[in-house]
Amino acid sequence: MEFLAAERWSPYLVGIGIGLLSWLTFLISQKPLACSTTFAKSSGMLERAIRGREVADKPYYREITLGIDWQFMLVIGIVLGSLASALLSGSFKLQWVPSLWDEVFGSAILPRLLVSLMGGIFLGFGARWANGCTSGHGISGTMQLAISSWVSAIFFFIGGIIVAQIIF
Amino acid sequence: MQNTNKNSQLLWGLGFGIVFGFLLQKGGVTRHDVIVRQLLLTEHTVLIVMLSAMLTGMIGLHIFKAFGLVKLAPKSGSISQNVIGGLTFGIGFALLGYCPGTLAGAIGNGYLDALLGGLPGILIGAGLFAALYPKLQSKILKAGYFGDLTLPRLFNVKDWVVVVPAAVLILLLLILLQ
Repeated sequence: MEFLAAERWSPYLVGIGIGLLSWLTFLISQKPLACSTTFAKSSGMLERAIRGREVADKPYYREITLGIDWQFMLVIGIVLGSLASALLSGSFKLQWVPSLWDEVFGSAILPRLLVSLMGGIFLGFGARWANGCTSGHGISGTMQLAISSWVSAIFFFIGGIIVAQIIF
Repeated sequence: MQNTNKNSQLLWGLGFGIVFGFLLQKGGVTRHDVIVRQLLLTEHTVLIVMLSAMLTGMIGLHIFKAFGLVKLAPKSGSISQNVIGGLTFGIGFALLGYCPGTLAGAIGNGYLDALLGGLPGILIGAGLFAALYPKLQSKILKAGYFGDLTLPRLFNVKDWVVVVPAAVLILLLLILLQ
């Protein structure tokens, strides 16, 4: 059981594990590993809780339908699985500012939070525009050889690499 | 019957998610620094994880497909959807240092910039998209529409004609990244 407490596993092994996991999600649930629709549903459900039922009638929410589904549970599971792994290896820590960010921009919390917020907005908007994220397109879609996913995955990295080179 | 099935699928989803999150954390990709270093091209953990998953998944899924065990569901897309959406996503990817899946993992890992910056951000971004969707849907999102096309169908060949060379290519790339 010692390997469960290791801080890191080989990224090759982790990738193979995720690949095998996607066999199971297809065989058992007829679903790909994917995450970003859940954030759109959450956003819609939150807005519905604040502004009332008619929010669910927005064309986009009618298309994706609001509610707790398989993928929603998958995302909850990711939080729990990561927490379990971090606790087992002692790498769980409450951290405001990542160390690479700290080296470049300093340890102030507010700038990091604001840029995270802005990054999140681009990420959420872009994932919906592209109809998928690094898991839905980048892993699950590319392995199905979907053109939409290969194009998206390539442009996720093109955009990311350009912006990272500029700001860091 | 319908309901029990639905509930058991929700449990499967949770279970698969726990394994996925566990793997992401062990792979180090729930960390901002690992993702940003990938985008700075100084460390290739993210690509190695993704390519290994892709390779394993691609081979398995196409075998299962050949035996009629799974039905694949390639997403449909368009040039504008996947290029503009992809670039927008990329901007957020670099600013935040997490993607949606690893954001969930980062929250489990205790990272507060993910919980209190990235999470509200992604909810706002998705909400903005939903608000603009009626205007975007009929025009810009459809520009360069190609549907749920796959590489084998694009070249009009059997799956294996693409899967085998793609597997070799990914394997070579993985060796190169070592």
